[in-house]
Amino acid sequence: MNEAVLSQLVQMVASRFKVDPKQLGAEDDLFERLGIDSLQALDLLGELELQFGVEIPDYVLKEASTFGGLAEAIERYK
Amino acid sequence: MSLNLSRFSCIGEAIRESSVPFKSNLALVEINRDLENGRWSHLDLRREAERFAAYLQDHGVVPGDLCAIVLSNQSKWVISGLGIYWSGAVLVPLDYKLTPPELHGLLTHSQPKCLIIEWPIWQKLSKESSSIATTTKVLVTEAPEGADLNGAYRWEDSPQGSFQFHRRNREDIASIIYSSGTGGRAKGCMLSHGGFLTQVEQLHAVVSPVEDDRYFSIIPTNHAIDFMCGFLMPLICGASVVHQRTLRPQYLVETMKNYRITLLALVPLLLKMIKQGIEEKIEALPAFTKSLFEGIKTLNETMTRKQPRPGLSRMLFKGIHDRFGGSLRQIIVGGAYVDRNLAEYFYRIGLPVAIGYGLTEAGTAITLNDLKPFRGDTVGLPLPGMELEIRNPDEGGIGEIWASGPTLMKGYLDDPELTAETLVKGWLRTGDLGKMDASGHLKIVGRSKNMVVTEGGKNVYPEDIENAFEDISDWEEFCIFAANYIWPEGRLIGEQLIVVFRPKGDGVSEILLEGLRKRNRHLADYKRISGFVVHERDFPRTSSMKIKRQQLAQELKSLRKREEALRPLKGDA
Repeated sequence: MNEAVLSQLVQMVASRFKVDPKQLGAEDDLFERLGIDSLQALDLLGELELQFGVEIPDYVLKEASTFGGLAEAIERYK
Repeated sequence: MSLNLSRFSCIGEAIRESSVPFKSNLALVEINRDLENGRWSHLDLRREAERFAAYLQDHGVVPGDLCAIVLSNQSKWVISGLGIYWSGAVLVPLDYKLTPPELHGLLTHSQPKCLIIEWPIWQKLSKESSSIATTTKVLVTEAPEGADLNGAYRWEDSPQGSFQFHRRNREDIASIIYSSGTGGRAKGCMLSHGGFLTQVEQLHAVVSPVEDDRYFSIIPTNHAIDFMCGFLMPLICGASVVHQRTLRPQYLVETMKNYRITLLALVPLLLKMIKQGIEEKIEALPAFTKSLFEGIKTLNETMTRKQPRPGLSRMLFKGIHDRFGGSLRQIIVGGAYVDRNLAEYFYRIGLPVAIGYGLTEAGTAITLNDLKPFRGDTVGLPLPGMELEIRNPDEGGIGEIWASGPTLMKGYLDDPELTAETLVKGWLRTGDLGKMDASGHLKIVGRSKNMVVTEGGKNVYPEDIENAFEDISDWEEFCIFAANYIWPEGRLIGEQLIVVFRPKGDGVSEILLEGLRKRNRHLADYKRISGFVVHERDFPRTSSMKIKRQQLAQELKSLRKREEALRPLKGDA
């Protein structure tokens, strides 16, 4: 996993959902940590695409619901 | 003009015949974000579906075989569905959002001859159940080149072969649609060709779809509502279905605008999200414009009191209507309880919301508001041909809703016991509580069955999630309930799932609660329990040691009030 991508992802999510980035680890489930539903997660995915300049299919959220998994997906679709 | 489908003996025949007069009309559009993947006229669609039916027949599918579809809303769903019907097979639509173990459970229950599935889902499912491809022909869509298909075939490899159209009878099963059962007792509703044809006629009488209608298919098509509104009805009526491959809100709005969508069917959760989006825009307006907006709302309400006047409302609320393409004429909402205020909000801005009520077991809809005039407080009048009875009403006229009519399911797949409990002498016991008003409109006020329905239209039966907690050993026994089943509240918003347990000698430990929270976290959010009740007595059980749920619920209710007994399970979601 690319640590730089993970770090950037965590920072972005922390600022969007107003949580402490130190509380978000690679293994943490984003639905559980952020208390969001699947539609909010899709919205977040849209923002990540803009931020990282990638196109990520919706189904990635089923494959990778942890921050680490999402960072890997961003890398994969770059 | 009313639609008469009595000359057809099956759904496949009705759709085939429609493809002739409507051959040049647009039938299907698939968009992926900003790009259009493809568009098909009714004639193009017929050719594609025939090609796919030939492929199924090459794979040995014969009339009466079951074929399951696990695809997101996309063109291949519709093409596959038609191919299945035209081969005389039984279509089993499954929810593409299910987890691999859940899908495996329903596939084991239905045992389809053929499975049509999207590549990312197949990748995960084939790991979960490696033997599926040995017993079922698996046709996988959109697999990357060179990928190991784990015994599946490519959907796109279908040849240009000839096929034979197989007509079915009205009494034959057309589809098995699961109303629930992803964790326990699978409830596969067996719905007949005759039932579907009648339901299309019934809905046509109220919704009046025309060939110029463009329906945006957003709810998964395995859901009874989209199955009817986003698959059968538009194809029979010569209208178009629009699919957007992503569910990102910004693309959904863009699609509505670009394709001038006229009809939508939604669950309340999605309607609520649209409302939030509109409110955010209005909130950003200057104070004067906002007060002007309020005045226009009142004007529109007065002018549309008897029935919707789309042209006028579009003119009054041009900004809002343009955001949705400016052509939206009706939003059908169902699948879960619809808050009156939510429906009224849309009516006041000239976007008529028709609230309906139904069950998969009833073939989709039992009642639907005809908007003449708009009513937000009821779920409408029974559809033509449907009968309703309120059984054992109390002094306020509230009792259990029973329904009868030609669209009811034939029963649950492989479950005669549950079928006998649900279908009694030609009547469907809905398990919902309601009353009829003086004008014959039905009002839903609660539930008499032990279940919850989420705002997203998902049915959750407590028994189905008990296995997630079965390995907890820090209690003597436990049982999961819908809180409303024990303590009815007369409202259907924010329904809760709760666990009732008898603790071991040392009482309720933090270890036990943490165990509950941990298992809760592994469940989908709509299946999570939100509270617990400690019950010190032995649970009543049958001679075969099954918990007598109804008796336990009555015991709990008689002992304590809801607010005294129920404690929140904090930190779980």
